[in-house]
Amino acid sequence: MKLTLKVWRQKDQESPGHFETYQANDVSPDMSFLEMLDVVNEGIIDRGEDAIAFDSDCREGICGTCSVVINGMPHGGHRATTACQLHMRHFTDGQTIYIEPWRAKPFPVLKDLVVDRAAFERIVQAGGFVSVRTGGTPDANAIPIPKEDADRAMDAAACIGCGACVAACKNASAMLFVAAKASHLNTLPQGKVEKDRRVLGMVAAMDKEGFGNCTVTGSCEAVCPKEISLDFIRQLNGEYLIASLKGK
Amino acid sequence: MNIVQRFFQTSLGKKYVMALTGLALAVFVVGHLIGNLQVFLGREMINAYGHFLQSTPELIWPARLGLLACVALHVWSAVRLSAENRAARPIQYSEAYKPIAASYASRTMLMSGLIIAAFIVYHLLHFTVQTQAINLTGKDFHTLMDAKGRHDVFAMMVSGFSNPFVSGFYVLAMTLLCLHLSHGLGALFQSLGLRNKAWSPVIERLGRRAAWIIWLGYVSIPVSILCGFGKEVMK
Repeated sequence: MKLTLKVWRQKDQESPGHFETYQANDVSPDMSFLEMLDVVNEGIIDRGEDAIAFDSDCREGICGTCSVVINGMPHGGHRATTACQLHMRHFTDGQTIYIEPWRAKPFPVLKDLVVDRAAFERIVQAGGFVSVRTGGTPDANAIPIPKEDADRAMDAAACIGCGACVAACKNASAMLFVAAKASHLNTLPQGKVEKDRRVLGMVAAMDKEGFGNCTVTGSCEAVCPKEISLDFIRQLNGEYLIASLKGK
Repeated sequence: MNIVQRFFQTSLGKKYVMALTGLALAVFVVGHLIGNLQVFLGREMINAYGHFLQSTPELIWPARLGLLACVALHVWSAVRLSAENRAARPIQYSEAYKPIAASYASRTMLMSGLIIAAFIVYHLLHFTVQTQAINLTGKDFHTLMDAKGRHDVFAMMVSGFSNPFVSGFYVLAMTLLCLHLSHGLGALFQSLGLRNKAWSPVIERLGRRAAWIIWLGYVSIPVSILCGFGKEVMK
């Protein structure tokens, strides 16, 4: 396959960025999107130029490090797929592909396609944890938890914190991430006791970072590689309202 | 942070203000439609209804002030939230970006809302203040009286909507209102945390259907009048 790539190049956080055009020849349909970028980078390095910087780590779709917007869609817009798990067979020979970083004020571009997602860490530090030691693995059924609750907590905990929800949202809202992180703890008995403090703290941190607001468009849910449901945002909205009405 | 600050300063607080005022305004939209549809029950019914409202200022003024407060808070929260949303993405995506899964209604809430706000001003001048200059009929609506000496609401509606430009603007505004409601009715339950996986699809579907039923109800009035309904009062 031959592809034309329009890649966002930005020297550092302060410099303005621009799109640079690259030709990718000999692309195999079996390559992952990131492997294709690796091959393009080898060519760039051979020419003595600066390679395209992009984030990646596990390359098996579980770490949440890769973060590129491909043709306007975070991770390329395929259902439950991270960019590292996206294969070139989804593209056609001769296609032009735009590759950009996540675009949100709280995610400043560090270089090319690499953004700083420390804003997510600061939100988690504001309440996305259980304050006390919960000990080792308890005996089975020592703490009765309905299967539905355990499943729901697990569905929320599947969030890998990649930030595709923010990138896809027209408002750059982080609600799906915050909702997933709050809900997976709020749904279980060990986390439930700190529910009010958690949601108030995490929403305050989210606001402080400068993310936008949820207008229930559903874009986040559609691009989430872990298929986190919009229903967790509903849960966060309800829990925050109750915590506020309690006067906490 | 006290509860008032939380409602007016935090992101979720402003969404609650938006949802609650939106719900109140949607209830008014339904009530107003039921009132208006009495035009099809004849001149006597709608004029009696108009007279009832006009002769109970102790009911109508608190309702008007309450609605005004809802509109003000709804617009205030919309403007604040939209400004924050814009600030959250200072650099836009390339031309390859297209909305993902987001409905047209959900993406145009601010624009549809602002046009509806402009329509409300016009509509109040048209039928409540009855400014002669904007009704495009050359008639003074204040002088329309029926045989029982009541304000002739029926004749006002018929002559008001007999101008196709007035009716056209009205239909356009109602279309935008219902586009706005088709997203807003479902989304307000999400913002308030009042739905779940079982109810969400039902609420979304009912919200969209209700919006288009409301549209049919409102639009039926100018369309019927343009088709000749009530033309006997124009003689």
